[in-house]
Amino acid sequence: MTDILIIVFSSLGALFILIAAVGLLKMPDFYLRVSVTTKAVTLGVGLILSAAAVSFSSFNVTTRVIAIIIFIILTAPVAAHMIGRAAYFIGIKMWDKSVMDDLEGKYHRNSHTLGSNATDEEDNLL
Amino acid sequence: MRNLFLMNILLALIWAALTGSFGYINIGFGFFVSYGILWVITRGRDDVNYFSKAPQVVSFLLFFIKELVKANIQVAYDVITPKDHMKPGIVAVPLEAKTAMEITLLANFITMTPGTLSLDVSTDRKVLYIHAMYVEDKQAFIDEIKNGFERRLLKILR
Repeated sequence: MTDILIIVFSSLGALFILIAAVGLLKMPDFYLRVSVTTKAVTLGVGLILSAAAVSFSSFNVTTRVIAIIIFIILTAPVAAHMIGRAAYFIGIKMWDKSVMDDLEGKYHRNSHTLGSNATDEEDNLL
Repeated sequence: MRNLFLMNILLALIWAALTGSFGYINIGFGFFVSYGILWVITRGRDDVNYFSKAPQVVSFLLFFIKELVKANIQVAYDVITPKDHMKPGIVAVPLEAKTAMEITLLANFITMTPGTLSLDVSTDRKVLYIHAMYVEDKQAFIDEIKNGFERRLLKILR
């Protein structure tokens, strides 16, 4: 029973990481690449770590696995947010089939503040 | 609520120390026993909402795992099939969450569900800008975020 669990968890985890790697190559623009890699990798690493926890089935390994998963869930989105924001600032274009861009014209170029609706000072906006 | 949770953990650890085994089954059992004790001794007090919040936290975590797996499968399907089905876009979602804690947790959970990436919060904390992979209909997307994650999260935090 535990063997089956270990096999299922680790194979699924490896599969999701593989899909993230393929997605990194295949996705058409920067934002979609960030989008695909942060999450699929989190789920993949989480599954592989769960497989390790089941395999060792001891208290100290399980607590470490839980701590690692919590820290990944807390930190990965922050990194993705900072990278995505910086990319938008330096003007990396979205895919040309993108449907909408609500961020357009909301950033102030000098103060880096971000408005919540359309502002009037046209020349200072990104 | 926070005090009761800490007290619950403390009682579970005391249980483990008294019974002398620190396996997770024993600590989990101690947690349940002390949960019951705390429920009994705080019964009838109006200011205690720990016992209605705890099941909500569990159901939120299950909901989060469900969303995570469902959306991962959707993205995986898109990656391994040669045709691109995406309709990406940046959507401005108006926020009901007010404090830094609420907004941080909401943005983190939104980023963790595949297909959506929270890019930035407006300086006046009114709008969250989300990059989404599948924007079929802007209003439907906003409603999905507001009724799914935001409502559940605010119910737990407030």
